[in-house]
Amino acid sequence: MKIRVKFAKRGEMRFIGHLDIMRYFQKAIRRAKVAIAYSEGFSPHQKMSFAAPLGVGLVSEGEYFDIEVYTSYSSSKMIAALNEVMAEGIEVLSWKRLPEQAKNAMSFVAAADYRLTFREGYQPEKLEDFYQGFLSFLSNDSILTIKKTKKGERELDLKPFIYQATIEKEGSIFLQVCTGSSNNIKPELVLQTYYEKVLQMEMPKFAFQAQRLEIYANIGTEEEKKFVPLEALGDEID
Amino acid sequence: MRKLALSDEILLSIEKPARYIGNEINMVKKDPNAVKIRFAICFPDVYEIGMSHLGIQILYDMLNKREDIYCERVYSPWIDLDTIMREQKIPLFAIESQEPIYTFDFIGITLQYEMCYTNILQILDLGKIPLLAKDRKEQDPIVIGGGPCSYNPEPLADFFDLFYIGEGETVYFQLMDAYKENQRQGGTRLTFLERAAEIPGIYVPAFYQISYYPDGTIQKREVIHSPAKEKIQKELVLDLSDTFYPEKPLVPFIKVTQDRVVLEIQRGCIRGCRFCQAGMIYRPVRERSLKFLKNMACKMLYSTGQEEISLSSLSSSDYSKLKELVSFLIEEFQGQGINLSLPSLRIDAFSLDVMSKVQDIRKSSLTFAPEAGSQRLRDVINKGLTKEVILNGATEAFHGGWNRVKLYFMLGLPTETTEDMEEIAVLADEIARVYYAEIPKEQRQGKVQITVSTSFFIPKPFTPFQWAPMCTKEEFLEKARIVNGKIRSMLNQKSITYHWHEADVSVLEGVLARGDRKVSKVILSAYQKGCLYDAWSEYFDEKKWMEAFEENGIDPAFYTTRVREVEEILPWDFIDVGVTKEFLIREWRQAKKEVVTPNCKESCSGCGANVFGGGVCYENKG
Repeated sequence: MKIRVKFAKRGEMRFIGHLDIMRYFQKAIRRAKVAIAYSEGFSPHQKMSFAAPLGVGLVSEGEYFDIEVYTSYSSSKMIAALNEVMAEGIEVLSWKRLPEQAKNAMSFVAAADYRLTFREGYQPEKLEDFYQGFLSFLSNDSILTIKKTKKGERELDLKPFIYQATIEKEGSIFLQVCTGSSNNIKPELVLQTYYEKVLQMEMPKFAFQAQRLEIYANIGTEEEKKFVPLEALGDEID
Repeated sequence: MRKLALSDEILLSIEKPARYIGNEINMVKKDPNAVKIRFAICFPDVYEIGMSHLGIQILYDMLNKREDIYCERVYSPWIDLDTIMREQKIPLFAIESQEPIYTFDFIGITLQYEMCYTNILQILDLGKIPLLAKDRKEQDPIVIGGGPCSYNPEPLADFFDLFYIGEGETVYFQLMDAYKENQRQGGTRLTFLERAAEIPGIYVPAFYQISYYPDGTIQKREVIHSPAKEKIQKELVLDLSDTFYPEKPLVPFIKVTQDRVVLEIQRGCIRGCRFCQAGMIYRPVRERSLKFLKNMACKMLYSTGQEEISLSSLSSSDYSKLKELVSFLIEEFQGQGINLSLPSLRIDAFSLDVMSKVQDIRKSSLTFAPEAGSQRLRDVINKGLTKEVILNGATEAFHGGWNRVKLYFMLGLPTETTEDMEEIAVLADEIARVYYAEIPKEQRQGKVQITVSTSFFIPKPFTPFQWAPMCTKEEFLEKARIVNGKIRSMLNQKSITYHWHEADVSVLEGVLARGDRKVSKVILSAYQKGCLYDAWSEYFDEKKWMEAFEENGIDPAFYTTRVREVEEILPWDFIDVGVTKEFLIREWRQAKKEVVTPNCKESCSGCGANVFGGGVCYENKG
């Protein structure tokens, strides 16, 4: 059966990169004695696929991967078994059974929520002005930026890919942006564009600590989007 | 929650921040304030190398079993972080607590290869610990050296407070207790070193004085501080099935060199190759019991979730219960996606059968280590591998579907002639001929691929070749040229690839391996000139090292190419490894006569290691 696992990556674990997190979970799955399915051949590998890579330095409350298992206990039991063998900073949050015909997590990813907080020492003196300027910048009809890709640089309008932007009570920035294989928008790029276009300066490299809060699938249409958390596509096992 | 020693700005600017933050699975967490002794165990190379070392894992586990000790790890910061730490004056810290190591009671540094010596000084320097033992004050940590290179500790004598000679499982607790007792009685650094000097296997270099003849050789070695011992006998674990072994090894987040659990099946080697230091200093051979190994294999795999287990020993085929162990591991774990890796196996019907079960034949290669090209020279080095054995093994393997062969040789062995070198090419060619003669064209998976690698022979202490002169850099390169030329003239030269080791590093390794106390100041100068990570060819700076020799008036040739007489007092003669000097002299003479000595299982050759009262010396000979 297909299982979708949601986990949090906190604290010092932000320094562990995506590929290492994949390797980490392959071992953790074995330590927890999960009955995972292996591929055939001389070097069998676990059937596991991650939703969206998280960059080094970011923390998250909503990471996902899908696996295939032969058997499963109840969701709560599986979550407990995995959390028993986790490193400090990684916590398994949900274990959901997916419909058999479900496509993997990666192909569903449509959007993600982020929270950006100033690192100590990087907060601008006039924080109010900074935020006001940021929100009014986002209300423009188009937000042109240069996106660097493997193939080179291209001009891109960020506007259609920023779904939500607010300033939270705690003084952090909340952003919901397009995520996935096409038009993957990093939240830093939005901030960076603001710094360059409005503040006329380069964004300090370590100004923000970014946190991913959730990853969404789009169950609506391209025109009328309806986002649901990836875990909502599976069912709790009792 | 602990605070990291490095800021986000630093950690996000350097390569692989995971090297410095710890938090790995099975990391030991203790309250540093609740222990009596803080011990930093150090492998003076980058994290990925250090984390792959079994010895550190054994000692880490062992020391942390005691509630009064917190043993933490420290590795060499990579060049990028090294630069930042110097610029920003950040003291080197231990991974677990992230606290500076200068606050610790002990720094225990493992000495696995000579080319890490400047990294030892990096550790001390970044750690804000005086480089020279004589400059250390009461509050500075005690710096201990151990591991294979401590069998000739003299080139490092100035930097260490004490050396632990031999296997670590035996007297560390005694040493720690002596430290606690010394503190309880309000003792000093000196009174602790005096207590330590009384413990078997512990060597305090400051308690000895060496005088030299005008030609630079040793005249006399004296104890100048009681109660230091004249001779230091190595420490050894007699029963390897009743000792410390890490049931829960650390699991790194990043890929390391040995990314698997390691099962050490035995210690020592029965073979007695005359160039091999490990084969002498770990005598007598001691096996671990099947029961112990099965139990450890299961526990380690379950506690780590690793996908591979590797059997480790100097010559796995000599382990008497190998068949039982291997079939147990295959049966127990094959369905669980766990790979078995079997290095240092002799190629024969059994090993080919096992290998065909555990690895993909098309991707794997066969490895032979004849070490010398001709039978004559193999007899000189006592390598009991014949051409027939190699060709038969290759024939069977080719029929089994393999078509890649790796061959390892040494150049510059004592008595070597041009003919011996050319035989390397001839042997490689013959293996290729076997392939083309035995395997019909339609069954071949392309060409046979033979890789010949040569390293340069470096004489090591406590081997029968410890008196042998080493070649110069120019001689080494000429030898490689001869081999290359001969290979290129062979019929099947297109099937043969040839690699050789760099010669300048080998020369330096030769100096450090057989050096005396005078070499300490050269190491210090080289470090001060910026030498670091000498084992990494991209960072090795021969010019700086040569300047360091010159400025200190030390001629490298005195340690490398000079002919030593057996009467000479060697810098490491004060260490008793069990194997006697008389035996080594006898073997040196037998080598020159091209006479082979039988291995320990065939018959006892009276090397002296039976003095420990155990191991292969007391087993029935078959």
